[in-house]
Amino acid sequence: MLHAIPQLTIAAIDLAAAFLFMYGLWRMSSPVTAPSGIFVAGVGMLVAILASFLYVFGVSAATRPYLTANIGLAVVALGLGGGASWWSGRKVAMTSMPQMVALYNAMGGGAAGAIAAIELLGNKAQGATQLVVTLIGALIGAVSLSGSLVAWAKLDGVINKPLRVKGQQFFNGLVMLVTLSIGAYIAFVATGDADRLTAMPGLIYLFFGCALLFGILMTLPIGGADMPVVISSFNAFTGLAVGFEGFVLQNPALMIAGMVVGAAGLLLTLLMAKAMNRSVSNVLFTNFGAVAKHKPSNIKGSLKPTDAGDAGIAMRYASKVIIVPGYGLAVAQGQQKLYEFVKMLQAAGVGVKFAVHPVAGRMPGQMDVLLAEAGVPYDLIFQLEDINDEFSSTDVALIIGANDVVNPAARTDKSSPIFGMPILNADKAKKVYVVKRGEGKGYAGIANALFYGDNCNMVYGDAQAVLVKMIEAVRGLGLAVAA
Amino acid sequence: MDTQIAISGFLALYIFMLAAFSGWVIIGRVPAILHTPLMSGSNFVHGIVVVGGLYALLNASSVREQMIGFIAVLLGAGNVAGGYAVTDRMLAMFQPSGHKPVHAKSRQTKSHHPKKG
Repeated sequence: MLHAIPQLTIAAIDLAAAFLFMYGLWRMSSPVTAPSGIFVAGVGMLVAILASFLYVFGVSAATRPYLTANIGLAVVALGLGGGASWWSGRKVAMTSMPQMVALYNAMGGGAAGAIAAIELLGNKAQGATQLVVTLIGALIGAVSLSGSLVAWAKLDGVINKPLRVKGQQFFNGLVMLVTLSIGAYIAFVATGDADRLTAMPGLIYLFFGCALLFGILMTLPIGGADMPVVISSFNAFTGLAVGFEGFVLQNPALMIAGMVVGAAGLLLTLLMAKAMNRSVSNVLFTNFGAVAKHKPSNIKGSLKPTDAGDAGIAMRYASKVIIVPGYGLAVAQGQQKLYEFVKMLQAAGVGVKFAVHPVAGRMPGQMDVLLAEAGVPYDLIFQLEDINDEFSSTDVALIIGANDVVNPAARTDKSSPIFGMPILNADKAKKVYVVKRGEGKGYAGIANALFYGDNCNMVYGDAQAVLVKMIEAVRGLGLAVAA
Repeated sequence: MDTQIAISGFLALYIFMLAAFSGWVIIGRVPAILHTPLMSGSNFVHGIVVVGGLYALLNASSVREQMIGFIAVLLGAGNVAGGYAVTDRMLAMFQPSGHKPVHAKSRQTKSHHPKKG
């Protein structure tokens, strides 16, 4: 059985690839082993792609006249798609990582949708189960494609306002209903008479069109602060779509990889939603962000501006400093200067730690990457649950570009929209400095009682400019002592 | 894919269930500090869809199938290459204390026993 050898080779290599994916993700459990983990997964991917070319030995008679062209197209598509993405991935700025991931995710969803389209238009699904699974995979893949593209446009600033109109949810529901009805009709008709499927390409195109439209409509009203949840869930969607198409193609490697990613995306989605104190359905299907102006009833005291240099010197003479970076730091491109300042403090014997909130950034963990890029060692970076108890024994908490994630209203004010959200207890530090552009409010549009506290001073200005002043002040101090 | 044993409905459910459970457990171990590379890494893993795209394209028997298959492989390859490139780049940035970063001048004395080999 000579013709079985290529098939067995593909099956064996796909099995190995599935193992390498899981093992690679397993090695992501620590920053030490993670780089080798992605390499291992990469090897699995490469051999799986190369082995796919063995499919040429198993093609049907109808395909033979097209085979040479098919191989050529495959090589060109791999080179073009892979080359362009590789290039963009190598040069993209770390601050733009969320939109890049959204874009790659859209590609995955599109690929899954395209495979489903071939199966449907070519009438290749066998039996009702396969047909239904193909349709579900097509729906999820198409939603993930158009939804991720809208998410990309929002993150990249192409669309800068959430689009909300009256009756939107009703209309979105209607589009979903129409999509599902067309899908059900296709499944029903084609199950009865297989040839009917090839006779209704128009309906199949309409099905895809509606699914794509739903993806767009669903993502348009979601605000910028909710993007971590949106990206995580579209990642899960694409994973599911890939897994379902894997079943249709009877390829267990796709099924396993897709489902693992689906689970990963779901886990991250839930974590992000929890960190924002919102339910996933609340983010995806209701319109937060346009919260009514909340009047905080019990904020006492006043905002006390102070000089950047004074704040810098105060930290120089502290023994323990915790820095809370927020997305505003990244917007001001201040990470490098921040780490320069931290190194000066460390050289003076100050213990410095970074406290990162799960939703600091536009995707899960983005702030950690931005700090790592600036050279901050990962053993100085602590997550909310690991460091929150330390604030009360800390001399200075320096908050840069963060707001809602340190708002004590989340702990105390039951009427606040962010009540219950886990926050960093920066207000418990002996002294708090807040670096902020101006007196504006955070994403949620809620006043922050922390800023009015007796132990808090405001340092107004661009984060990078403020840090430069702090560095100069501390450096000047060192020179004065030396002289 | 005409493998000898077809994956029927229930067998598929078993695979999905076990894979989802494994994925949940494996991903649950990843520390929050690595969540961005984890996401781009899992993004890369679902790029395996390119294998399905290649199967569809290589078996194409009409111009329409060639066109859609070409798109599937193009997008899948983009997913794979981009996901790998960004994940690899990000993971290389995570260094422990005492490691001298290339671009930043460190004032600290060099650690005598760096953790990472």
